[in-house]
Amino acid sequence: MEDAMGIAVLQVGIPLALLLLGYFVGGAVERRHYASIQERELRWRSLPAVNFRTVPGGWIVDDATLVLGNVVISVDYFKRFLAGLRMLFGGRVKVYESLMDRARREALVRLKVETVERGYHALVNVRMETSQLASGRGGSGVAGIEVLAYGTALKLRTPPT
Amino acid sequence: MILSNIETIPGKNITRFYGVVSGSTVRAKNVGRDIAASLKNLVGGELKGYTELLNEAREEALHRMTQQAESLGANAIVNVRFSTSSVAQGAAELFAYGTAVQVE
Repeated sequence: MEDAMGIAVLQVGIPLALLLLGYFVGGAVERRHYASIQERELRWRSLPAVNFRTVPGGWIVDDATLVLGNVVISVDYFKRFLAGLRMLFGGRVKVYESLMDRARREALVRLKVETVERGYHALVNVRMETSQLASGRGGSGVAGIEVLAYGTALKLRTPPT
Repeated sequence: MILSNIETIPGKNITRFYGVVSGSTVRAKNVGRDIAASLKNLVGGELKGYTELLNEAREEALHRMTQQAESLGANAIVNVRFSTSSVAQGAAELFAYGTAVQVE
């Protein structure tokens, strides 16, 4: 009898503890990530990154190269649980919207950082590609999504200020 | 070797086309990274092990593409594209392709 009680407590207790962990720690992780993204977006704001396929007129280009920025990111246990509930009723899955948003913006910022670190001044033909990493064990939901941002970095004769 | 994902190398002229070159690699996640990632999956956030893994794999695919272009005698690759597909549970193929050209 006591054994059965113990097992029932474990069966409810562990997922509940994981939900709470996901809610508090996962929420904090997301807020910190957004703060960091916003801070870096502002810092690299002056770097022109466009998705034109041609170099805008008036830019004199000295050098060009391909640059990449990528990130793999996942949601927490609590959000995955909420998304699972949402799948029953359909409609807007907010928790995955913020996941995609964070991943895309992070990849773009990394692309810009890579461009600056290698001594280039501008980006053209910025493209993004999203892929889903298969979850192991055929488990529930998404293990993680990868966003790759890539573009052609340009070294300009008169760098924008 | 100069790479770009637009149809030209800005500031240079294309003098000769060599055709499409490509490079790919198939990578599986290792168990250590998988365990770390499944713990990280509880609280969410970046799975750094996977970010690095895919980054390295993509560099490898680019390297293979570059080698192919070099063996053809090209000195640049234009219009480079990437594609990712999952081949099997836990394994992914990273593929890069572009047009090998001679620029001056």
